[in-house]
Amino acid sequence: MRRDSDIPSSIDWTTVSLYLALVTLGWLNVFAAVYDENAKQSIFDLSLNSGRQLLFIAASGFIALAITIIDMRFYETFAYILYGIILVVLVMVPIIGKEVGGNKAWIGIGSFGLQPSEFAKCITALAVAKYIGSVGFRMDNLRNQAALFIMIGLPMGLILLQKDTGTALVFTSFVLVFFREGMSPFLLIVGLCAAAIFVLTLLIPNPVYLHIAIGIVWIALMVMGKKKIKRMVLLTVGALLISGVIESVDYVVHHVLKPHQQNRVKALINPDADPLGFGWNVTQSKIAIGSGGFWGKGFLKGTQTKFDFVPAQSTDFIFCTIGEEHGWIGSLIVVGLFVALLLRIIFIAERQKNRFARAYAYSVACIFFFHFAVNVGMTVGLFPVIGIPLPFFSYGGSALWGFTMLLFILLKLDAHRGQVLQRI
Amino acid sequence: MNEGRKEIFQIVFVLVGLIFLVKLFFIQVIDNRYAELANSNSILRVVEYPFRGLIKDRNEKLIVYNTPEYDLQVIMKDVSHFDSVKFCEVFHLTLPELRKRFKDLKAKKKEYSAVKPMRFLEQLSAEDWARSADRLDEFPGFYIQARTTRAYTTTALANALGYVSEVSKEQLRQDAANIYKQGDYIGQSGIEAFYEEQLRGKRGVRFRLRDVKGIEKGSFKNGEYDTLSIPGQDLTTSIDLDLQLYGEKLMRGKAGSIVAIEPATGEILSIVSGPSYDPALLTGKKYSANFKLISQDTMKPLFNRPLMAQYRPGSIFKIAQAMTALQEKVITPETRIVCDRTIIGCHGPHTNEDLRGAIANSCNVYFYTALRRMINQGKGSDPFSDARIGLKEWDQHINSFGFGNKLGIDLPNEKDGLIPTPAYYDKAYNNRPWKFSNIYSIAIGEGENLVVPLQMANFAATVANRGYYYIPHLVKGIGKENKPLPRYTERHYTTIDSANFKIAVDAMQQVVDAGTGQWYAHLPDVVVCGKTGTVQNDPFPAHSVFIAFAPRNNPRIAISVYVEHGGQGARAAASIASLMIEQYLFKQTRRQYIEDYVLAGKFLD
Repeated sequence: MRRDSDIPSSIDWTTVSLYLALVTLGWLNVFAAVYDENAKQSIFDLSLNSGRQLLFIAASGFIALAITIIDMRFYETFAYILYGIILVVLVMVPIIGKEVGGNKAWIGIGSFGLQPSEFAKCITALAVAKYIGSVGFRMDNLRNQAALFIMIGLPMGLILLQKDTGTALVFTSFVLVFFREGMSPFLLIVGLCAAAIFVLTLLIPNPVYLHIAIGIVWIALMVMGKKKIKRMVLLTVGALLISGVIESVDYVVHHVLKPHQQNRVKALINPDADPLGFGWNVTQSKIAIGSGGFWGKGFLKGTQTKFDFVPAQSTDFIFCTIGEEHGWIGSLIVVGLFVALLLRIIFIAERQKNRFARAYAYSVACIFFFHFAVNVGMTVGLFPVIGIPLPFFSYGGSALWGFTMLLFILLKLDAHRGQVLQRI
Repeated sequence: MNEGRKEIFQIVFVLVGLIFLVKLFFIQVIDNRYAELANSNSILRVVEYPFRGLIKDRNEKLIVYNTPEYDLQVIMKDVSHFDSVKFCEVFHLTLPELRKRFKDLKAKKKEYSAVKPMRFLEQLSAEDWARSADRLDEFPGFYIQARTTRAYTTTALANALGYVSEVSKEQLRQDAANIYKQGDYIGQSGIEAFYEEQLRGKRGVRFRLRDVKGIEKGSFKNGEYDTLSIPGQDLTTSIDLDLQLYGEKLMRGKAGSIVAIEPATGEILSIVSGPSYDPALLTGKKYSANFKLISQDTMKPLFNRPLMAQYRPGSIFKIAQAMTALQEKVITPETRIVCDRTIIGCHGPHTNEDLRGAIANSCNVYFYTALRRMINQGKGSDPFSDARIGLKEWDQHINSFGFGNKLGIDLPNEKDGLIPTPAYYDKAYNNRPWKFSNIYSIAIGEGENLVVPLQMANFAATVANRGYYYIPHLVKGIGKENKPLPRYTERHYTTIDSANFKIAVDAMQQVVDAGTGQWYAHLPDVVVCGKTGTVQNDPFPAHSVFIAFAPRNNPRIAISVYVEHGGQGARAAASIASLMIEQYLFKQTRRQYIEDYVLAGKFLD
């Protein structure tokens, strides 16, 4: 147990400081989001989100402490078992869970609800890291790759069954981890191209114009380049493929996506089309943030978030409160803190001496990054509305605990990085 | 093979952070639109409509006041859980009506707004309001806006008071100072329009913070930007309400007008336009329906005859002719003219009257001759230029009585009347020459002359004052200062020497004591001076005209009465005028038979 007593000196206090700063700011903003001037409320009032959030934060402290006390080998050793357990729980949720806000993603324990999907991220990260770190794993091996995709696909699918699209999408961030661990960038590039085509298809109402554009590019390339048979065939096949993708995107948008999902995508592209209907969230969110100006309206002085113009203002749209009350300066600080945390995690990841720890660290970075990018992107109108929390800020116990676990398991692994066998 | 991938992550993380900060800088610092939108979101502008000024009579009796009225407004954005069946039940609508209301709202493309209050139901009745006020919380997004509408203590004076209605699109367009908003009330005619500026007061605005459900969360910045509404100024009119009511009673069933003026001040004691309407008809919810009815009435009750009806003045004009001729010294009071009735007809048994006798007997030949001497004074080289010079001089005198141009009463739509000028005849005769023989019918108030009843009354007041008048006006006191507009305190002198008016006054007394007016206009205990007029209107019955003032010394009332198709001036108009004078001076009707005669209205028998 000697090595455990070294924890205070070996833990990465920079990350802990960033964590504490984010959690504290988050707590203050949860209070600001629900604050009612007339009611003379206290930030500690347990009937308010802020009071309960403080309880969650306290609990997070215990969780963090417990994580650092537990033997570091536990996480790698029990990764698959935990993964199995969480899959079973996720299967159970739609059956025994209670419905909150249209998503059946909660398990009730007394008056409290837990969201297993929040913990699934952390556990999947452990399992994926363990698999990547296992002896004989090769990223260029297709079977190994397939196994990884199945590993992230299973929880993702189960969460999709709970109709929690946002959390399910978080699991796509593991693809970035695979990329770091050696997967060919081809998949990423194809993905990015598909996304670009997807957005273009949405921006241009009639796909015919896109087909014509592709046709023109195809003719230009055919005429200008070398007239080799292989190249011409490839170009033709490529052009046909892209046209096919466009058609299928069009089909997906209009037939596969549910109307409210279609609207969220439409709202992103043109929120002014129906500011009171599907554009409401984005419009109100932008109004709240935009009204903050450079310096903000001041703590507890916001009108847009407090008076409920912004939906879910203490959870998914918590960033609006920051933008409104603390202006661009406040946004700068929060965005800066997040980027600093992400870079710090990458720094920690790169100093790990085994693949398990490094893959896990990258998983943490990618999950945080996904949450941060999608959540802030959605509130400023750069991304469709996808209901996922802003780590450490959004009100909610499960999410906070999930993120705390993600981060502190990493810190625990990092604290013991000198004691592990080199397996990179 | 994994070289450089770490850097890709670092670059992407930093890049995304930068993109967010740039985007945030755009919406927070560069684009001001959002701050404004935030205000319109959370700050509710509550308009406080001011009380419109009250209108009182000369004895401080209330004539026009305000009564509360309630509109139902809707903010579309705030509407939720709308139960149309319940709504219809509360507001007594049918479902198709309700649907139509929503459709109409949406159809107003420009004015439609999801965030601004729009009028949904106008002017709820008191019962509707009482019933719905309790249940309004069942319909989020609907609010009651209280305003006031006009109410009247009397059915009289409709045309002088005018009416108030919603500001029209055209008026909004012309409202450069941006005082009015759609749905505001504005005075559309009468005193309400003329004194709109004084009556309207100033709207107040309160800014209230509210949350997304529209629930008020207190005042915005402690009411720093709130303004109180300022009530409009009260108006004290010069109307004697009792006299007015009596006049309207006498004019019932007749077309024409009565204008009574206090000569010493120009204050209008009574202004009756017949037929009239009940001013209460043009208020509140019934406005549109009633306005259509009233404006389509063939008797034109909205036509304000005292200042809009241009009539030939008839024989009352002979007084002005006499003054003009005396002033130009073409006759003296003693000049006698033989009533030969060759060129122009006459009536009655007189043969060779002096000026007073000519007025008392309304001798046409006398005034024809007097005008000929006045026009043809030999100042020109030939009859044509002579007539031109003479007419010009004649015009100056006649215009100085207030004929031929708007007097400037404090009511809109006053008409000029017509006093022909040389230019007028040039045009009428297509620039061919004309001379006295072409224009002589103006001598006896027929021909081209047109005057409005207000000018006739003002003329009576001018004679009563022996040579000057104050512009007749209806409002003698505005607001706390209780003064009329400055221009109503200026004397306007005629071009006639005061001494000459003595002759006119003598003659007018003679008309009532012994002349054409002796049967109907003569009053015991007071000397009335008057002049009858019977305006030819073939083939229809003549119009009956009478002007008068009383008492002869220190006159307190000057009056003109014009009864369309009333026959001889000595009957209908003289009776009404004398009853009005009696009512004003003695506060009673002492000759019931005359009143009965007037009320029966059979003047032609």
